[in-house]
Amino acid sequence: MNQNLKNIPIIEEGEGPLIQPIDLDGFREHNRKKSKALIDKTMSEKEAIDKFVKSGDYIGFELYGTVRCPMTLARELVRSGKRNFRIVGQGVHELDLLFAADMVREIDFTYIGLEVYGISANMRRAVESGSITKLVEWSNAALTWRFKAASMGIPFIPTRSMLGTDTLKKSAAKVVECPFTGQKVALLPALIVDVAFIHVNRADKHGNCQIDGISGFAFEMARACKTLIISAEKIVDTKEIREHPDKTIIPYYLVDAVVHAPYGSWPGEMSGMYERDEPHYKSFVEKQKKKDTMDAYMKEWVYDLPDHKALVDKVGKNKLEELTIKEA
Amino acid sequence: MEQKYSPSELLICLASRVMEDGTTAFIGTGIPMLAASLAQKMQAPNLVPIFEFGGTGAILEKLPLAVGDMRTYNKGIAASGICDIMETSQRGFVEFGFLGGAQIDCYGNLNSTVIGDHKNPKVRLPGSGGGNDVGSSCWRTIAIMIHDKRRFVEKIDFLTTPGFLTGPGAREEAGLPKDTGPYRVVTNLCIMGYDDESKKMKLLSVNPGVTVEQVIENTGFELLVADEVANNSHPTEEELRILREEIDPDGLYR
Repeated sequence: MNQNLKNIPIIEEGEGPLIQPIDLDGFREHNRKKSKALIDKTMSEKEAIDKFVKSGDYIGFELYGTVRCPMTLARELVRSGKRNFRIVGQGVHELDLLFAADMVREIDFTYIGLEVYGISANMRRAVESGSITKLVEWSNAALTWRFKAASMGIPFIPTRSMLGTDTLKKSAAKVVECPFTGQKVALLPALIVDVAFIHVNRADKHGNCQIDGISGFAFEMARACKTLIISAEKIVDTKEIREHPDKTIIPYYLVDAVVHAPYGSWPGEMSGMYERDEPHYKSFVEKQKKKDTMDAYMKEWVYDLPDHKALVDKVGKNKLEELTIKEA
Repeated sequence: MEQKYSPSELLICLASRVMEDGTTAFIGTGIPMLAASLAQKMQAPNLVPIFEFGGTGAILEKLPLAVGDMRTYNKGIAASGICDIMETSQRGFVEFGFLGGAQIDCYGNLNSTVIGDHKNPKVRLPGSGGGNDVGSSCWRTIAIMIHDKRRFVEKIDFLTTPGFLTGPGAREEAGLPKDTGPYRVVTNLCIMGYDDESKKMKLLSVNPGVTVEQVIENTGFELLVADEVANNSHPTEEELRILREEIDPDGLYR
C-alpha cells in the first residue's frame, strides 16, 4: 500500500447523477437553526403540506409496500398540486398516487412494485413514457445506508453491496480501494432529504414518536432529512412517551409537524392496530393497470375528498372496525 | 399413488426441501415465503427467516403478503430495521438467500431492473430492492424461477444482482465477500447447481415427468449436465396438505 497516498483513485464510478447534492455544512446549519423548544407542532395535513413542502423538493416516504404508509400525507400532497418532485424510490403505495398525478421527475430507485401483485403499472407508465427525466439505481441497503451516512453527518459510507453489477453502473456510487485493507468498496454518497414523511403508531404534540413492530428505515430517514412531517395514529400525552422512552425512535427536535391521522396507513396495514384492506387493495391493483381506471380511482379516493376525515367517513366505520386488530 | 398438484405447488415444495434446519435465510415475497413456512412445518422447525425490513425468526403461521408486514415478525425473535438486517448479512451471519428475477444467465446473474435498454426500456421492472444486497453478501443464494428460454438467457439485459459475474474469481475481483455466491436454481422443471471450476450452471436433478432434453430445450444458454441426473420426488401428501390447509388456505399460489 502506498503510504504517501494523497488521493484515493476512483476505480469505477456509476454514471447516474447525484440528484440531491451533499451539503453537510448546510445540513448542520439547518439543524442548528431548528427549534429545540418543546412546542405544539400539531396541525392538519393541509397546513403541514402548505407550510413545509414546495414543488421541486427532494422527498421521501417510509415504510414500504402497504405497511405503515403515510397515506394521509400522500393524498394531501397530491391534492396540493405541488409537483416536479425528486423522490427516494423506496416506498410503494404513496408513489403509485404520485405517479398517477404525474408529480415525479427524478428518482433514486431501488424497488417500486406491488410485491405479490406484481409490477406497478403507474410506475411503468411514468418511466416508459419518459416523464421521469432522471432515474438512478441503488440497492435497498444502499439507499438506507445513504440515509445512515447523512444521519452520521458524514459525506459517504463504504459498502460491499452493488459491486460488479449494472446496478452500480447506473448508480452514483464510486468504487475505490480501501486505504486500510486494499479491498474494493463501493462508496455511497450521503442522502439528505428535503422533506420526509413518516407514519407512526403514537406521537405527542411536540413530535416525540414511537413505532411498534419493525422500524424499517424510520430511524435513519428521520435523521437524514431537513424537514420531517409525521402522521400518527394516536396523539398521546408526553407523560405516556416518558413512561417508555426506550420506544422513542424519533425525538421531537427532528420533527416539524405532527398530523393526527387515525387509519392513516389505510388501505395499508399498521403494526398491532389494523390489517390491510385486502378487497380495496385488490380493486386498486385492478384499476391501476389502465390509466383511465386509475384516473377514476384518483378522483374517487383522492381528489373528491377534502381531507383525511372525509376519507375515513367514506371507508366507513364498519369496514375500519372489521380491519382493526382485536386485543387478545 | 401421488396426488395432483400445480406447477407452483411443486416449486414451493422443492424450494422448501432445500431449506436447512437451524439456519438463517433471507426470505423474499411470494414463493420463498410459502417455502419457508412449509420448511418450518416439515424438516426445518428451527429455520430462522429473515426479512429485509426488520423481521427475524418469525413463526410463519399465516402467509405474509409483503416483506414488511406484521406476519414477517409474528412471534419473532426480533423486530428491528433494514440497517440491522443488511449489516447482519454484510458481516456474514446470513447463510441462505432466496432470489428471483425476470432473467438469469449461466453464472446465476439476475435481472430484475429492465427489459430492453435502461434509458428507453421496453418493460421497466420493479428494481433491485434487497436483491442485490442478498446476492452480494449472504453466503449461498438460491434462485427460484419459471423455466423457459425467455428467462434463461445467454445475456441478461441488466445485471441487477450478482451471481458469479463473468466466472471464476470475478466476484472476489469485484470486491464481493469471499466464498459467497449462487448455490441452487429451483425451477418448475428441475434443480440446478454450479460447476465448481467453471462456475457455470449445471443440471443436478429433474422434476417428475421431466426429461434432461426438455430442460436443455428450455434453457437459452449451454447448460452443463451432471454425470448422473437425479429425479426429484413428487410433493408428498403431507406437504400438499400443509400447504393447502394451513399455509395457503385461500389458494393464492395454487
